[in-house]
Amino acid sequence: METTFSALLEDSAEDLYENAPCGYLSTLMDGTIAKINATLLGWLGHERAELLGRRRFADLLPVGDRIYHETHFAPMLRMHGEIGGIALELVRADGTRMAVLVSSTVKTSANGTAQLIRTTIFDAGDRRAYEHELLRARQEAEQERDRVQLLASTLQRTLLPPSLPDVPGMDVAAYYHPASADEVGGDFYDLFPLTGDTWAFFLGDVSGKGAEAAVVTSLTRYTLRAAAVQEPGPATVLKRLNTALLKDQHGATPRFCTAIHGLLEPAEDGAKVTLASGGHPPALVIRHNGAAELLDTRGGQLIGALPDARFVEVELRLRPGDTLLLYSDGLTEARTHGRVRYDEEDLRDWANTLDVGSATETVAAVSLLLDSFGDGVDDDTALLALSVRLLGDERP
Amino acid sequence: MDARRRNNVNVIGREDAPVVLLAHGFGCDQNLWRLVVPDLARRFRLVLFDHVGSGGSDLAAWSPERYSTLDGYAGDVLEICAELDLRDVVLVGHSVSAMIAVLAANREPERFAKLVLLTPSPRYLDDGGYRGGFTRADIDELLGSLESNYLGWSAAMAPVIAGNPDRPEVAGELEAAFCRTDPAIARVFARTTFLSDNRADLADVTVRTAVLQCFSDAIAPREVGQFVHDRIEGSVLVTLDAIGHCPQLSAPEQTAAAIAEFAGAR
Repeated sequence: METTFSALLEDSAEDLYENAPCGYLSTLMDGTIAKINATLLGWLGHERAELLGRRRFADLLPVGDRIYHETHFAPMLRMHGEIGGIALELVRADGTRMAVLVSSTVKTSANGTAQLIRTTIFDAGDRRAYEHELLRARQEAEQERDRVQLLASTLQRTLLPPSLPDVPGMDVAAYYHPASADEVGGDFYDLFPLTGDTWAFFLGDVSGKGAEAAVVTSLTRYTLRAAAVQEPGPATVLKRLNTALLKDQHGATPRFCTAIHGLLEPAEDGAKVTLASGGHPPALVIRHNGAAELLDTRGGQLIGALPDARFVEVELRLRPGDTLLLYSDGLTEARTHGRVRYDEEDLRDWANTLDVGSATETVAAVSLLLDSFGDGVDDDTALLALSVRLLGDERP
Repeated sequence: MDARRRNNVNVIGREDAPVVLLAHGFGCDQNLWRLVVPDLARRFRLVLFDHVGSGGSDLAAWSPERYSTLDGYAGDVLEICAELDLRDVVLVGHSVSAMIAVLAANREPERFAKLVLLTPSPRYLDDGGYRGGFTRADIDELLGSLESNYLGWSAAMAPVIAGNPDRPEVAGELEAAFCRTDPAIARVFARTTFLSDNRADLADVTVRTAVLQCFSDAIAPREVGQFVHDRIEGSVLVTLDAIGHCPQLSAPEQTAAAIAEFAGAR
């Protein structure tokens, strides 16, 4: 007991400074080393005389850390008067390196003038090894995520037409926004020529997301494309799709979709459109004078759910300057800033205020509207717009 | 594009005076000018901003495509000038912003009256006979250092006021964001900064230019400052009696005086 106490008494401040379990370093404001303890000298393998007044703190760092020191550490220390817990390496006299954690404070005189920088240095070898492991794990996770996103976006591209065809006298535009970069979305659209002067188009939304949805989307797309060529009208095409999806039901997850499919016949004074809907939100028509209306296709049932599903077919005429817009419920079920669900009537009212005269302008305006919802759009969103060019507008 | 908000633009100083636009370098933000601002604000209209990804800038505006070349940053400088309708601008670029300033002035020389390049380097890597001061391995080490200091870069540093009480401080809200940089963005900015080669752009400078370098600077050594001076015709070279890469911190009075003298001269 007695000997322990006397050992404590002999632990002078000077001895504590020199042989503390951490490195101590004092420098002038320009970094020139003014004082250094024995612990740090031992770690570095330098003689005191080699360093005092001759070397700066930054000289003890490898070049990469020196850049970090000059561009971040030193300015932070100057402005804040202290900086702590910075991970650096020190270069020993024999050229080997030592991982350390560094904290510094600026000592100021009574009138506030900065006088010197005091720095403590902790050996952080073990901790840094652990951090390197964490860092490596994080980088691997990031790479894995990139790989998944690449896979999803590649698969997504195969489910959408790479570009839309030119339709004489018409302007056509589309937009696709996946809700997540990690998963394939469940929305789809297409526009393609049939025989003669007739074009077919569709836009829809399959249940679910990811690989399972991609299987249904793929089946839906090639069924619609094949049926559009063979069947007499849109409602019978949707019936064929209904049968195909019902036949394909196996496994626990039901496979169904909503879709609008239509035929487009450009003519001298506009275009004739016949379309059918199966459970899909109503298409929007924006007339050349700005008036917007929802096409009544109520009663059309979900595709792939019932053996005798009913589909509703309507006909309309598009005149020069008129635009037909198909969309998926990513748009009409988005949460607006008040966190209220946007709905079809909201979309129509908004469209009534628009000053647009073409499919391209309409799609651009709607994509801006979607942007304005920010993170309120929580589902995939697809848009397809068709408009009749105004007379005299010969742009391709 | 709302450049004022995107780049956290602040305008201070004399309204009727010539415009001095201050562009900060890698590793910090507009706070780095704090100690020279009081002197300069007495004589000039000062425009300060943060590069996208730094300080109080709009992080949502950052994209790896735009900001993996210095041209993207130069575009921002020109957009700030256009939006604020700045004319006869004296553009002061520190560190990497010296080359951003050169690119901006080469794209729209009519916008600028003068350039002040503070501790510039057109090429940090050694290349044949050219001595930039660093090797590719050094830069890879720096990128590793940024990774290791993930916490140091992302954490908001507690505001501690240093320096003289008679030096007026910039708005308190900036304190919290001081030198805060998103680590992923810092990494791309570091790569862009230290791997760019703008030596060929120097000969195209037609705006009157001053090169201000430090007596001793580990990042931009004096021979690099001399190189910049030699390549820009008619430029003046001033060597400040200062140590380090940030003379606006280590020797603020001298740095402010050198900027003011060149900016204010006819």
